[in-house]
Amino acid sequence: MSAAAAAAAAVRRRFAAGAWRGPVAFAAIAVLALAVAPATLSPFRLELLAKYLCFAIAALGIGLAWGKGGMLTLGQGVFFGLGGYAMAMHLKLAEAGPGELPDFMVWSGVEQLPMLWEPFRQPWFAILMVVLLPGTVAALLGLLVFGRRVRGAYFAILTQALAAAFVIWLVGQQGLTGGTNGLTNFSSFFGLDLADPADQRVLYFAVAVVLGLLYLAFRHLVASRYGRLLVAVRDGEDRVRFLGYDPAVVKTVAFTLSAISAGIAGALFVPVVGIVSPALLGVVPSLELVFAVAVGGRYTLAGAVLGAVLLNYAKTTFSEHYADGWLYLQGALFVIVMAYAPKGAVGVAGQLRDLAAKRRRPRGARPVPHPAEHPAERSAEEGAAA
Amino acid sequence: MRITSFGRRSARLAALSLAVALATTACASDKSTSKASGGADTGGSTIKVGVLHSLSGTMAISEVTVKNSVLLAIDEINAKGGVMGKKVEPVVEDGASDWPTFAEKAQKLISSDKVAVTFGGWTSASRKAMLPVYEKNKQLLFYPVQYEGLESSPYIFYTGATTNQQIVPALDYLKSQGKKKIFLVGSDYVFPRTANKIIKKYADANGMQIVGEEYTPLGHTEYSTLINKVVDAKPDAVFNTLNGDSNVAFFKQLRGTGVKAADMPVLSVSVAEEEVRGIGPDYLAGQPVAWNYYQTTEGARNTEFVAAYKAKYGADKVTSDPMEAGYNSVYLWKAAVEKAGSFDPEAVKKACDGVSIDAPEGKVTIDGATQHVYKTARIGVVQSDGQIKEVWNSGGPIKPDPYLKEYPWAAGL
Amino acid sequence: MNAFLNQLPVGLSIGAVLLLIALGLTFTFGQMGVVNMAHGEFIMAGAYTAYMLQDWAGRQAVLVALPVAFAVAGLMGLALERTLIRRFYGRPLDTLLLTWGVSLLLQQAARDLFGAPNVQVKAPEWLVGGAAVHGIRMPYARIFILVLALVCVAAIWFYLARTRQGRRMQAVMQNRELAACSGIATSRVDQRTFFIGSGLAGVAGVALTLIGPVGPALGTYYIVDAFLVVVAGGLGQLRGAVIAAFVLGLLNSYVEYWSDASLAKVVVFAVIIGFLQLRPQGLFVLRSRKLT
Repeated sequence: MSAAAAAAAAVRRRFAAGAWRGPVAFAAIAVLALAVAPATLSPFRLELLAKYLCFAIAALGIGLAWGKGGMLTLGQGVFFGLGGYAMAMHLKLAEAGPGELPDFMVWSGVEQLPMLWEPFRQPWFAILMVVLLPGTVAALLGLLVFGRRVRGAYFAILTQALAAAFVIWLVGQQGLTGGTNGLTNFSSFFGLDLADPADQRVLYFAVAVVLGLLYLAFRHLVASRYGRLLVAVRDGEDRVRFLGYDPAVVKTVAFTLSAISAGIAGALFVPVVGIVSPALLGVVPSLELVFAVAVGGRYTLAGAVLGAVLLNYAKTTFSEHYADGWLYLQGALFVIVMAYAPKGAVGVAGQLRDLAAKRRRPRGARPVPHPAEHPAERSAEEGAAA
Repeated sequence: MRITSFGRRSARLAALSLAVALATTACASDKSTSKASGGADTGGSTIKVGVLHSLSGTMAISEVTVKNSVLLAIDEINAKGGVMGKKVEPVVEDGASDWPTFAEKAQKLISSDKVAVTFGGWTSASRKAMLPVYEKNKQLLFYPVQYEGLESSPYIFYTGATTNQQIVPALDYLKSQGKKKIFLVGSDYVFPRTANKIIKKYADANGMQIVGEEYTPLGHTEYSTLINKVVDAKPDAVFNTLNGDSNVAFFKQLRGTGVKAADMPVLSVSVAEEEVRGIGPDYLAGQPVAWNYYQTTEGARNTEFVAAYKAKYGADKVTSDPMEAGYNSVYLWKAAVEKAGSFDPEAVKKACDGVSIDAPEGKVTIDGATQHVYKTARIGVVQSDGQIKEVWNSGGPIKPDPYLKEYPWAAGL
Repeated sequence: MNAFLNQLPVGLSIGAVLLLIALGLTFTFGQMGVVNMAHGEFIMAGAYTAYMLQDWAGRQAVLVALPVAFAVAGLMGLALERTLIRRFYGRPLDTLLLTWGVSLLLQQAARDLFGAPNVQVKAPEWLVGGAAVHGIRMPYARIFILVLALVCVAAIWFYLARTRQGRRMQAVMQNRELAACSGIATSRVDQRTFFIGSGLAGVAGVALTLIGPVGPALGTYYIVDAFLVVVAGGLGQLRGAVIAAFVLGLLNSYVEYWSDASLAKVVVFAVIIGFLQLRPQGLFVLRSRKLT
């Protein structure tokens, strides 16, 4: 009760301070996503939008771990895959019916359902695993790695190696995982007929709502005491340790949450796109997820979401019209964003304003530095080398 | 941040909403085509067809050549008046060597472009990803590459070889050469694993012995250990189902052991003229390969095809089996449409049985029951100029049998 | 026993390849904290240099290409350092993403320049084939790569320990600020480091034409392995890189012999992740009193 009262008070304070703009923008985007888009888009484009929103869910997690926590995780594909495969295994079994084997096992020469698959017949188990599997893996890995103070570039390379190893393993277990082909050919998802555009639309709503809820939850988290601690760890891990906190735990929590969001994204991706395969989980797709966050703006969660949607939209559009150009554009965008707009698209407006302000005041008072400005980040990352 | 950056945040949010709005309206631009699925647009004087191959990524190496030969066939058909009086208009899409992208683009071709048929795919994984899309929308896909069999989708036409038109004849050839001990080497994916399953069954029934079976990840480039295993096992021949770049590394490193093609031939099923160029005939000369077509295959129709391809894409280009199958696909579709007198997929399916064309590889006929084609199997040997010389063929087109039902030894696959 | 002996040269030659591809990285990553994902594309540039030189040098192109590729890749590296990386010192994670963008650009450029299919590089006659001593096989190309790797290590060691420039490089690596205070032009040292590090990638690329494919995707096959060697060996540590490369090479060869190629790769990755639990900074650690 008191928590609710406190929250209400906080809301009043923020409205008084003019903080109504955030909720209004959020509501506007929600209307756009839930009413305008479904009404105007063709079923095919709506499916694509649902796919972008799945990536946006994964991007949210990266925004938390990388943007707020300074952990550059290049292995999100692993968690995306764990969630995706958990869901796909259930759908495959539901499709095959009791006592039957999923189609790919038949042509892979598997005669009996592997033990690992058996519990995925239960929908609740599969849904639980979507969250639990990536969460547990990330928590264990995080405690081990962060506990040993592996960070910065080391952590990035380690997670990248993890993604590479995971894909090789997945591909090697064809009877268990479908190998390179992955798992495909689903016709229904908890009673929804995936071939029916109306049901696809329902699925789109589900994805959009999940994204919205996760966004609100993560925002809440970032604004909390824990969120400040996380940012503090990013900007000066050892200083936080001197204050008596354990940075390893703080980082592990954020890393685990990011893995869970990737897992949820993977699980929703499966019915939306109709396939999960190692091609989605390796080094390059994992990097592309991070890239999307960098383009949108890593320091805000909204930036991460925006980046994922815009970048995937750009990818579709470009490859439809000018296939070869996509790599050039992607490469160039990367270089430009990293070199000139490290805060991404959402930071560009601020950068322009700073530039204008500088021009107005050539000398004298400098604008108050943004807390996520580079000097702070630099000190955090130098830790990696020492 | 809360105090100092109100302006910043609101600007950010404004930018965000603007961007979403833009994206939404941009997406909405094809609202006019918002019908659920399918139904080719047959009204105008042109008919659209989809061409869906990887133009970027790891598979581009192989698939671009197939795209080229499909476009060549479309050009030729248009020059002769099109299909049922309509010009064929290709819509080319990039599968980007990524299976989910294949599914997405397939759906796009069907629902946005309203194509009458799609020619595309190379890897088994891309076909498996597209299969549900074509079945769901009841539209046609022509798939041009040899594959692992055990599939017969009602909406896919398979114009490359199935196992009994490539793998089985290759085994017959090895048997006729007196090769008893075989080592299996393959990339780790569906085609090699299924092919090897068939090979093992065949070996059991034919008194051959499998002395080893090894898989490497796709894109693997380190083969010394594997080659040690092969050489230690002293096989009479190696059956190679490696894919793509791995072949280059395998053959270069195999050469380092000094083992000659004459003593231990490596029979490959995924090495065609195009791959020979990338590996280098130095490393391959004398090695056997199994396909249904070679650039050197005799016949006036092939001379014409090779000349037309070189004229369009450059004199230094080569033609290969998957390219020829892609080229045939377009002609087969045209013949089936004309027989049906309609572009409707169901009508085409109904009319397809027995449809036959004079292809560069010889006569090619559709088998209506399986929607595969009759093809002649050919074993060739790589020459030092990079061309492949035919040394054996099956004597005539073999009836496709994707489930190997006619082969008693294959029971239980 | 025979299998054990036969796998020994295999392990050493895998190690030599790993060493060659990682050698340059130990310096760009170790000294400058730049995570250069475009390193793989510099390797590719070296391989294409050998391909281009064939018109002129015929079958001996591989030999001629060694110094040329060093210069070509080195200059590419230098250009990258001068135009972009310079802006990023102290932001290693950003360089990772930046250079990944660069690597995409270079891959696509290679595709447009040389075509998507692999190209042929003919090996000199004397590198084709192999020798067998007491039943142990040793391909000539592998011996050549092993010798080349050792020569490179020796040259680097000599440069670092015996030349003025090399000692400056070490000084900057150990303590950049102090080195700057002592009058060392650190930015010039950085340029030199980047030139040498990238040049070594070019040399590796030439060597790889003997045993692998030459195409636009060449770099992507080796980049992850190269980073793992550096991470396992310790940043900027020559002996660390040498030991890590050969240990990983041997590990790979034996695990693969008794299982298969996929498992060997997974095991190598797992071992490295486990090893970093024991020694988060790699085999050898640069000691400094810097507070993080």
